Amino acid sequence: MGIIAPDRASAGTSSAIGNQTAVAGAPGTLPELNPQPENLYARLPQGIVTTSVDQLFQWARKSSLWPMTFGLACCAIEMIGTFMAKHDLDRFGLIGQVGATPRQSDLMIVSGTVTTKMVPAIKTLYDQMPEPKWVISMGGCATCGGPYYRYPTVVQGVDQAIPVDVYIGGCPPRPEALIHGILKLQEKIMRQAKEGRRPTPDMELVLAGDGVAAA
Amino acid sequence: MAIDISDPSIDTLAPTESQIVEERNLETVEMTINMGPQHPSTHGVFRMVLALAGERVQQVEPFIGYLHRGAEKLGEAGDVEGYRKAVIWLDRTDYLSVWPNEHCYMLCLEKLAGLQVPERAEYIRVILSELGRINSHAMFYGAFGADAGATTPFMYAFALREELYSLFEAVGGQRMFPNYFRPGGLREDVPADFVARVGHVVDTGYRACDEFDRLLSGNEIFLARTQGIGVVSAERAIDLGLSGPVLRAAGMPLDVRRVEPYSLYDRFDFDVPVGTRGDCYERYLIRLQEIRQSLGIVEQAIRDLPAGPIMGNAPKALRPPKGDAYQRIENARGDFGVYIVSDGRSAAPYRVKYRSPCFVNLQGLNDMVVGAYVADAVLALGSIDIVLGEVDR
Repeated sequence: MGIIAPDRASAGTSSAIGNQTAVAGAPGTLPELNPQPENLYARLPQGIVTTSVDQLFQWARKSSLWPMTFGLACCAIEMIGTFMAKHDLDRFGLIGQVGATPRQSDLMIVSGTVTTKMVPAIKTLYDQMPEPKWVISMGGCATCGGPYYRYPTVVQGVDQAIPVDVYIGGCPPRPEALIHGILKLQEKIMRQAKEGRRPTPDMELVLAGDGVAAA
Repeated sequence: MAIDISDPSIDTLAPTESQIVEERNLETVEMTINMGPQHPSTHGVFRMVLALAGERVQQVEPFIGYLHRGAEKLGEAGDVEGYRKAVIWLDRTDYLSVWPNEHCYMLCLEKLAGLQVPERAEYIRVILSELGRINSHAMFYGAFGADAGATTPFMYAFALREELYSLFEAVGGQRMFPNYFRPGGLREDVPADFVARVGHVVDTGYRACDEFDRLLSGNEIFLARTQGIGVVSAERAIDLGLSGPVLRAAGMPLDVRRVEPYSLYDRFDFDVPVGTRGDCYERYLIRLQEIRQSLGIVEQAIRDLPAGPIMGNAPKALRPPKGDAYQRIENARGDFGVYIVSDGRSAAPYRVKYRSPCFVNLQGLNDMVVGAYVADAVLALGSIDIVLGEVDR
């Protein structure tokens, strides 16, 4: 985002507090290296923030990803642990919804082994989530089948059923690893402002149609 | 805890017939609803189809198998050291308290192969098994509170679990599945500060238990929701083959650690909490009491922990003689058993079978849920304390 802010280095009367920092520093030090004053308003850029609508929307989306409670197996326990007080996920905007419905979620953390019996349910739940939506595949089983290599009823990775954005390895991944994956997803969401999101089936129809702009 | 659990004024099941419906000859329709496999309160991928008349459950049909991962079949995977490898899938069956299941498998394998385990290793195994039981019961406490609508106890439960996970990571290298037990002993010795750490964890555990009690056990909403719900009588429980806290709440003092002591449990002094009424509240109280008893066992084991080797005479290439062995233990959920069949020459077992207590305890769901409200069905299911990894294996 571009920021148009008044010139801080100038010792003009526009900001008396800015003056104080220039004075407080030792002679010979650059004004930028002086510690910022505690006043919040002095620290905000006094001016206009320019950004693109895409970036603004993606920033809003990444800052409040609401996951659908989708714990399948052991990774779910670590995922629940990541929501809890020691490694809080609420500070990243992910709230542990009490009413876990796919209709109001935008993130699906597939945590645990995906079996062939479960795939129709996963597909239904994924389809029930409204756009924009992202999927994190947490743990070895959801990524590639995990320790259950080539067992007939275990699907070797949930990406055989639904598209996945971030893969997290581990059996189970530590809470820190899950947080890392979520942060990577947030970076990906911001990148999608420029690169565009994964086309959904209906978007593809629109794009193939008579030129109506996609949402 | 000043709670009167024998209060008869608590209304359990009101009559199923509705006066209004009868007087006005209203037509009612039986509704079939589906709970799961994705549901916040099914404790995993468990599905129940309930036939309801209003809010009352007339019929319940459980569906399992959404997490069938082949722990038994994969145990026969015979390429390299299958006997040692089979335990990693067993870990992941009861993923809440990992250690008791690992312990059971190792005991069974040692029984089959005739391996000796040094005392120090066995003491450490018992300590970790009991800590695993505490881990599982703490999770039960949190999840059961959440089922009843209390979201705060979950946080406190996980605070205790994080302490335990830190200890497990220090001992075994990983929080959840350290794969630390070996046939004949342990992979390596415990760190130098093990005794001090476990002492600290025990103190934390006692304080946490008191906190759990203060949070939930006397809460009148919780009492109204759990007392008298999901009752199974002792005779019916025996008929169904239930075990664990579900059976003990009904009045049968059956704990495998007492009935068929294995490992070192005959050396420790601990009580087996038993209930009288067989309802959800008593199962909850029993599990909280069991946390305290387990902490007592851990204290005694730490006090008596001998020095010595931690690995017995297990050969690198384990080929037990032809035959079979069965070992039962008291899991956090009930009577867990491992059955290993060896054909005498393969690198992997011919067959491993796990007797899962949750799978059998789920048979009691019908008795607990039919005739009760839907909300009670959720609590009854929670009070059985199922873990789908074990049900589906």
